[in-house]
Amino acid sequence: MAINKESNVYTVIFATLMVVVVGGVLAFISSSLKPIQEDNVRNEKKQLILKAIGSEETKSISREDAGAEFNKYVVERLILDYEGNILEGTRLTNETPVDIKSAKDAFAVDLQKEYKKFVQPLTNKYTGTDLVDELTKETNIHYPLFICQVNNKKHYVIPVMGKGLWAGVWGYIGLESDGRTISGAVFDHKSETPGLGAEISKDFFSDQFIEKTIVDQTGKYTPVKVVKPGTGVTEPYVDGISGGTFTSVGVDEMMNRTLAVYHKFFQKEEGKQLLTNI
Amino acid sequence: MSEVAVKEKEPLFSKKNKKLITDPLNDTNPVTIQVLGICSALAVTVKMDAALVMSMAVLAVLIAGNVIVSLMRNLIPGKIRIIVQLVVVAALVIIVDQVLKAFVYDVSKQLSVFVGLIITNCIIMGRLEAFALANKPWASALDGLGNGIGYGIILVVVAFFKELFGSGTLLGYEIFGNATDMTGLYAMGYENNGMMLLPPSSLVLVAIYIWIQKSRNPSLQEGH
Repeated sequence: MAINKESNVYTVIFATLMVVVVGGVLAFISSSLKPIQEDNVRNEKKQLILKAIGSEETKSISREDAGAEFNKYVVERLILDYEGNILEGTRLTNETPVDIKSAKDAFAVDLQKEYKKFVQPLTNKYTGTDLVDELTKETNIHYPLFICQVNNKKHYVIPVMGKGLWAGVWGYIGLESDGRTISGAVFDHKSETPGLGAEISKDFFSDQFIEKTIVDQTGKYTPVKVVKPGTGVTEPYVDGISGGTFTSVGVDEMMNRTLAVYHKFFQKEEGKQLLTNI
Repeated sequence: MSEVAVKEKEPLFSKKNKKLITDPLNDTNPVTIQVLGICSALAVTVKMDAALVMSMAVLAVLIAGNVIVSLMRNLIPGKIRIIVQLVVVAALVIIVDQVLKAFVYDVSKQLSVFVGLIITNCIIMGRLEAFALANKPWASALDGLGNGIGYGIILVVVAFFKELFGSGTLLGYEIFGNATDMTGLYAMGYENNGMMLLPPSSLVLVAIYIWIQKSRNPSLQEGH
């Protein structure tokens, strides 16, 4: 070959061409597979919501079926603000098909995006009542609520979003028709350590939450704490994951922060109405 | 690594070419003899299905990577050859990851980071550097096939024992009965071995495999 393969010019040209070609191929593949992947993610979300209800009937629904079954069980969906008020026009029944592009559809709320953009900067900066004040001011955060009906019993499914050790952790908490007893919970994560933090997605962890209440006898909000196994704290609490402390703390934080909003909602007229209206 | 450069104009499955496939299955097995790619062999062998998909993914990346690098072997500037190999492997791994995410979502979630870590699987870079850079595409493809299967065999064998004794299932089917309902063997007091679910048990199983392999073929034993 006449070209000197070891020359710098050749090397630079080769590298440039290679990067352009590889980049193009990857971009093409990624964009052509994207619709299928997004479908998978959406169906999984539906499956997790149905699973969080905690009923035997909805637990076993597979991801493939979840897309079709979702509207059968989730009879109503709405979006709240931090104060627990229903945002205008977001109350949709199961007659309205899920529209992932609509800003008024509770299913379309991208909690991960909102968490990163609005919540995380606040939780990094403030704690306690300061955090509550700041969260109240932030109107960009949406709190979706899914009202489900299984065997003529009402359930509420609440999505929660927080951060674990490496990346996001999230979950769905199902409440009984009284709006205070947890009937089911599922958790998932992006990249927690397998065998340690990643264990939160297992049933043995999430099943601990079942039958815990988020309100005590006096009607005060009492978040379920995730503690180190064996530490004596007052109920309600569940055992965290040994070796997965950061992840457990993340679960604790996101549940504490998010469920408070829904508690506020159930204290309001609209929420109370929903509770009595079985 | 004792491969001889393959001569021109020989039948597709000449003796030499056949050896390219069969050698890595046993005498030059990348995992048990060369001890490469051990990390994923330890991590993704809890369930057979994950092990199978992981083997397929590595096999696909290895064959495609070998062929592509072999096709480019006369164009790649020596100075940046490692980077070029890396880019090829990384691109292939991303493609595999995307395909898994689209078509076998559950398995892709289970494999999670390990698919991305195929990039760092030493078998792949090892074969590209040691074989594909110096051989023709067809021979390289066979070499990739052989080494990929050699890797897969270990993964599946290890996963077989780990799933059987760790969860009492094979590919999800209950072999020993149901552990929670206490049926089958469990009714007689049998219990699953929890250690089989953890990575260290793979070390033991791989070691036993190497032991059997080396005692069957003394030429593999290292001199003292």
